Amino acid sequence: MIALLLRDLRLAVRAGGGFGLGLAFFLIVVVLVPFGVGPETELLSRIAPGILWVASLLAALLSLDRIFALDFEDGSLALLATSPLPLEGAAFMKALAHWITTGLPLTIAAPMLGFLLSLAPEAYFYLLVSLLIGTPALSMIGTFGAALTVGLRRGGLLLSLLVLPLYVPTLIFGAEAVRRGADGLDPTGALVLLGGITAGTFALLPFATAATLRINLR
Amino acid sequence: MLNVHNLTCARGGVPVLSDVGFTVEAGQALILRGPNGVGKTTLLRTLAGLQPAIAGDVICPDDESAYASHADGIKTALTVAENLQFWADVYGQGRRFAPFSVLEVALSAFDLFDLRNRMGGTLSAGQRRRLGLARLGVIGRKVLFLDEPTVSLDRASVKLFADWLRAHLAAGGIAVIATHIDLGLDAPELELTPFKSALDAGGGTDEAFL
Repeated sequence: MIALLLRDLRLAVRAGGGFGLGLAFFLIVVVLVPFGVGPETELLSRIAPGILWVASLLAALLSLDRIFALDFEDGSLALLATSPLPLEGAAFMKALAHWITTGLPLTIAAPMLGFLLSLAPEAYFYLLVSLLIGTPALSMIGTFGAALTVGLRRGGLLLSLLVLPLYVPTLIFGAEAVRRGADGLDPTGALVLLGGITAGTFALLPFATAATLRINLR
Repeated sequence: MLNVHNLTCARGGVPVLSDVGFTVEAGQALILRGPNGVGKTTLLRTLAGLQPAIAGDVICPDDESAYASHADGIKTALTVAENLQFWADVYGQGRRFAPFSVLEVALSAFDLFDLRNRMGGTLSAGQRRRLGLARLGVIGRKVLFLDEPTVSLDRASVKLFADWLRAHLAAGGIAVIATHIDLGLDAPELELTPFKSALDAGGGTDEAFL
């Protein structure tokens, strides 16, 4: 299983588009917002938590269709399915690799972009924590969506339509935690619920992903 | 030993082969013959467990089988050696004994040793095919289901593959091979045309949704 993780990370670094693309997209979306809503720092700092969360969600969405599509096209997905590696484990590792190449860089970059949106100083810590807890769920849900649409031509748009509604709970609690942090309220409740969503997706979705892949490989 | 009994397999919900039965003893190979579309690939995919059989049993030792499809599963951004190392690791063969020795044997057997640091994406079609076949050498599986293994290989490479396969069989391996060419193996052939399902043998394309 570690071999699969290492291979995917190596491919993401070498083939490009893994680390850089999502991060650059995140940067551009966040930078565009002040141009759109104007330079009022008060307004910006109020909407900053939501903007940062929506932008990271969209950035995570960008690279989802590559999770299984490339392996499906070159035949290695069928070979993986007949290998001793359980498909559930493969699904888990794929989600983890996606998180390391997109979610983790986003989490690290977000505080710097929070500065651009004049995010309240108290909120930086909670932004980091909420993204750290929440982005793995984005990767796992996205992996499931990618398994559903694997083998479809131009499945990218369908994938977005399937996955974005499933991102709603993560978005609500993630942005809420940061907002509460910015307002000086206690964000523990939102963070705990966010952690619950992540734990739940990682407990259930590898099995759903593996079952979906088996059907799609027939 | 591989024992297939009354196997019926389907493609897209429509049965293509019915009541296929054969036995392959350890050290033996079986060549599947038949015109295009008769169901050789479907049969191999069913044997490998990629799709469920409609009826019948496949009796095969657990954790001993491996499947090689038309596609080679080669990552273009990994080197030849890295591609092989990945599959060796997935099958738990990577570092069990002396590291790289399994890899070196497989690379030499398919004349890939000089290419080991080349990127997968720069290989020619025949070289990719040889790498795909070399994968079978590093995964340490006895029962092989091979789908047209010699596509895009030149005559010398076909001989390399046949030699490797002969050694694999001599070590107690089993191979079921769908191929149109003569590999020069001393193996029985199974003509699949007589097992072809009648066209109206039931089953619909919406079977996947039921």
